Amino acid sequence: MSAPSLTPSKAGTPRHSPPRAAGSAPPAGRFAKNLKRNLTAHGFLIGAVVCFAVFSWYPMVREVLLAFQKTESGQTTWVGLENLATVLDDPAFWQAWRNTLLFTVLALILGFAVPFVVAVVINEFHHGQGYLRLLVYLPVMLPPVASVLLFKYLYDPGYGLLNELLRFLHLPEQQWLQDPDLSMLSVVIASTWMNMGGAALIYLAALQGIPGELYEAAELDGAGLFRKIWHVTIPQTRLILSLMLLMQIIATMQVFVEPFLLTGGAGPEGSTTTVVYLIYQYAFNFNNYGAAAALGLLLLVLLAGFSAVYVKLSRAEDE
Amino acid sequence: MSTRTLISPAQLAKPRAKALYRATFALVVGGFSLVFLGPLYWMVSSGFKDTQEVVRTPPTLVPGSFAPENYTRAWEVMDLSTLLFNTLYYAFGALAFQLVLDVAAAYSLSKLRPVFGKAILGGMLVTLMIPATVLVVPQYLTVLDVPVVERNLLNTPWAIWLPAVTNAFSIFLLKRFFDSIPKELLDAAAMDGASPLRILRSIVLPISRPILGVVSIFAVVGVWKDFLWPMLTLPDPSKQTLNVGIYSLSTGVPVNVLIAALTIASVPTLLIFLVFQRNIMSGLTAGGLKG
Repeated sequence: MSAPSLTPSKAGTPRHSPPRAAGSAPPAGRFAKNLKRNLTAHGFLIGAVVCFAVFSWYPMVREVLLAFQKTESGQTTWVGLENLATVLDDPAFWQAWRNTLLFTVLALILGFAVPFVVAVVINEFHHGQGYLRLLVYLPVMLPPVASVLLFKYLYDPGYGLLNELLRFLHLPEQQWLQDPDLSMLSVVIASTWMNMGGAALIYLAALQGIPGELYEAAELDGAGLFRKIWHVTIPQTRLILSLMLLMQIIATMQVFVEPFLLTGGAGPEGSTTTVVYLIYQYAFNFNNYGAAAALGLLLLVLLAGFSAVYVKLSRAEDE
Repeated sequence: MSTRTLISPAQLAKPRAKALYRATFALVVGGFSLVFLGPLYWMVSSGFKDTQEVVRTPPTLVPGSFAPENYTRAWEVMDLSTLLFNTLYYAFGALAFQLVLDVAAAYSLSKLRPVFGKAILGGMLVTLMIPATVLVVPQYLTVLDVPVVERNLLNTPWAIWLPAVTNAFSIFLLKRFFDSIPKELLDAAAMDGASPLRILRSIVLPISRPILGVVSIFAVVGVWKDFLWPMLTLPDPSKQTLNVGIYSLSTGVPVNVLIAALTIASVPTLLIFLVFQRNIMSGLTAGGLKG
């Protein structure tokens, strides 16, 4: 899902109780009416609330509990920080964070800057915009397994198309997914191809909202192309750029599917082990739910900071 | 072209600028087609290559062999009809649950405004701030043993359908749209004695078609694209989704058959995209990211 704004719109009906019949209704009647109105309203809400309670709120509480508990042969005991200690002692811990950070940085360079440039360029064209928009968004619609396994085929050192391209350009062939120094970059390239469409289209919509007079005024002041970008385009889209940056940090720090499918998760010499893959391993390979929850809690705390800034910014935008 | 952009029309009118514009345009259109359609061409064409050609080094740009039977083999060997049916069943079931329960909830929060409504909405929106992957473990444990009713939902469609309802973003979009419906319209109907359900059905829903379209498409595409959750909750091969089924069989079939299967799996979403392009693109920017 792309770009959720986390704050409810301020627009809407004012927060007053519904209009009551003029004059003074008997208090008992008013009470009954109010009760009926509330019962009806909660009747409409109940289905979604039950689903949230069971599949969102309860798991949220359970995540915290699990992080400090241990279950052995049906016996659940409190273990304090033992799970956290297990996680911190794991040699894969720091490697997973380093890899995740590397993925995030590379994915931001490719997946944040590139779509913006793409959007700025597309926005200048007077025709073909629809076609280009369609093209960048096409991969977003593909089932991820199809795109990722297709990339695996493209990356194949022997019969893959990418090495054929390198041979054609007389460049050295690469072991895209087998070389520990290259594997993460290969994962990022595939991931960017799959996901950049959403960001590019959101930037494009933002660019189309910039009033043309601002560019005209800048030209009257003698601004060239780059100064117009620097002094008009970027300030005018700053809020959306910051929101997208935060969104992408939150999303890329949770990367799992791409490395899992491309390199089996860990990759050569653990070079594509990400934090979420480590959580997956604890929970579903080693049955250590406590360690999985403790690591998850660390990730949650880190990302909650970014979420808080996101909420603050999107509130500012609503006003 | 109504809006002014970075480069002024006067500047563009110069012959040199015109040539530069044309060159950039050709380069971008060509480059984009290559980058985004190239891999798709490679997928479809490699699906037609025979077993030797598909793994030949160097690869052939145009298939020298023609083996359409890869597609029929993929269909049969990987049991794609079952996987496709399962995926459709999960996706449209999730859509139905989301439409009924989330629309009702958003309507209640927006128009009926019960006590604690604000707190409930807040509780829903908070879930957007929790990284989804962190919740996967406790959610999985919940599915294994649902509290109160003590049921195991593993390998049942409920494991997909019910968590799909907890889409706070859909509720948020719907509520915001309902908020913009004038109160007078609904009050007039209420005066005439229409019940809240009747008002929802005959006034709110017809007006809300655009947002319902957006929410529906994202609900279906969301299930269609999901991987980790269905892999965990539907381990039985006969219950799997396209994504998970193809992944789990991917190492056991010849490369050309696998690629043919990938092509088949991509067709439905591409069709949805081509048909509902406009709704999808408008939905993208509906999330409060106004231009």
